[in-house]
Amino acid sequence: MSAAALLSGRGPRLLLALLAALVAAPLGVGDYALSILIAVLLQAYLGMSWNVMMGFAGQFSLGHALYVGLGAYASGTLFVHFGTSPWIGMLAGMAVSAAVGSVIGLLGFRFKVMGVYFALLTIAFAEFTRVLFDHWGWVGASSGLVLPVTNRASDDLWLLRGSPTMFYYLILAMTVGGFLFSRSLLMRRIGYYWQAIRENEDAADALGIPVFRCKMIAVAVSAAMTSIGGMFIAFFSNNLFPESIFSMHRSLELILGPIIGGVGTLFGPILGAVLLTAMGEAFTLMGETIGIDGVKQIAYGVCLLVILILKPGGVWPWLRTRFGLDGGGK
Amino acid sequence: MDATFFLNVTSAGLLTGLVYGLMALGLSVIFGVMRVVNFAHGDMMVVAMYAAFLLFTKLGIQPVPALPLVAGGLFVLGYLLQRLVINRFLGATEHIQFLLLLSIAIIITNGVLMVFGPDARNIQLDASFESYSVGPLVLDKVRVIAAITAGGVAALLWAFFRYTTTGTAIRACADNPVGARVVGLNVEQLYAVTFGIGAACVGAAGCLLLLLVDVHPHLSSDYTLLGFIIVILGGLGSLGGALLGGILVGLSEALSGVLIAPSLKSMFSFGLLILVLLLRPQGILGKKP
Repeated sequence: MSAAALLSGRGPRLLLALLAALVAAPLGVGDYALSILIAVLLQAYLGMSWNVMMGFAGQFSLGHALYVGLGAYASGTLFVHFGTSPWIGMLAGMAVSAAVGSVIGLLGFRFKVMGVYFALLTIAFAEFTRVLFDHWGWVGASSGLVLPVTNRASDDLWLLRGSPTMFYYLILAMTVGGFLFSRSLLMRRIGYYWQAIRENEDAADALGIPVFRCKMIAVAVSAAMTSIGGMFIAFFSNNLFPESIFSMHRSLELILGPIIGGVGTLFGPILGAVLLTAMGEAFTLMGETIGIDGVKQIAYGVCLLVILILKPGGVWPWLRTRFGLDGGGK
Repeated sequence: MDATFFLNVTSAGLLTGLVYGLMALGLSVIFGVMRVVNFAHGDMMVVAMYAAFLLFTKLGIQPVPALPLVAGGLFVLGYLLQRLVINRFLGATEHIQFLLLLSIAIIITNGVLMVFGPDARNIQLDASFESYSVGPLVLDKVRVIAAITAGGVAALLWAFFRYTTTGTAIRACADNPVGARVVGLNVEQLYAVTFGIGAACVGAAGCLLLLLVDVHPHLSSDYTLLGFIIVILGGLGSLGGALLGGILVGLSEALSGVLIAPSLKSMFSFGLLILVLLLRPQGILGKKP
């Protein structure tokens, strides 16, 4: 696709306008709004990473917190113990996550653990690792790993120590990169193989598609992408606890965005993250006004239920056809 | 640590395991018939435990006599949930069903949180402090009562599926929904009854577990996971398998708690799950698909 074709149509133009607004955002918004934007982009990025495995290749993982945690701990421990740059830590985290993902994939796919059973296998591995890290002294065990924070005059991009604005641009770059990477995956041979496997695995196999290898690549790529998000969380929040970073709650939260936005679409995870964060903020405000514990989450749950009943395929596919946003944005 | 001590820990784990098994039976029945994975299972469990707690503190009804009431209440809840919401998602893909039940779980847990607050609650019976001695063995009285009742409820359920017309009809739906419809069974109605029965099992298990542990709203996801581990160990859709899985998990929790560290006990349960998924995915007593 040529550059001119990329820029034609309403969808891509809107996308560029959105990107321009996001790049300019730190100039115009306060600290609080910036922290919300970081949360949205982080959720969008993690959702995209999960989407590669589930949305493109149709392999249901409910344990992606495992890769978030491995990425966070790999870069975090290397930094704390050896002062290694998070960029090198990130590569280590990607390697570890891809390896662990491959082991789970190897076991799951070879032994024909499929669908719900495969999802439960991924939960089991994530929970197993959570308890393991809770008892592993070198990484801080259950008392957590704290990254040293020092006052600096300027942002240090090599060691990722700096202001929220630096982290904002980092996560924005990751989200844009994740989007372009997902898009290029879908346009390659492997992307078409994945979609064939997602729609009908037996038929794909009969056509001569190397099903096992393609599924392994999907798990490894998705795990490595997710671990970069973990590295971001480690250096942005400066503390890591196995209880929260590996929690099943995180795995669940991570997949809500793409499902609400539209599984298997490129823009779905982003839209889902925006919708969920908007809902969360609105209901927090509402909960504070009413002043009762739990009101926020109930409203959140009801909202999820309503979206699911009205738009089971996600909000983005519906919006796209409704407003004619077809084109490069898929 | 001598042999008597081990014997005591083992028997306590075994008895608790029977109650776990009853809880997992509900999950197994729902999956076996409708192929729906009930991610709101632990949340129903917590609702049942709070219901039993209320009946005891407000009306003075002990958990065992309260069991039919709570199970009946949960039956209605399960029946309505299936009829009104879940039924329209029966053919949907797994991740959509999962999100559906997750939203239901969020609503239930936070409803409980709103009503009862985040604190742990427990009940004290006279029997809580009594025990039976059988030779060198010392068994908590409440644990024995809970385990025997759990076994009884499981037996009732088995008889229901084996000997009643409705039970047979539900088994027909599980085997072949299209065939069941062809011979004139009201499949929607039977599905709703099945979901109700699954919820009622959880209701019964919740009453009994309140005798053994404290309840707080955030137990729900732990029990959902525990339920999954148990049914997969034993074999989804197999009644005996759920009880066997429950006993295995009860034993592994009790033994790893004293042998290694209490905080590591869930790691052993998950380890067991991974092993069984890989070596015998249909579960110990499950039939090959």
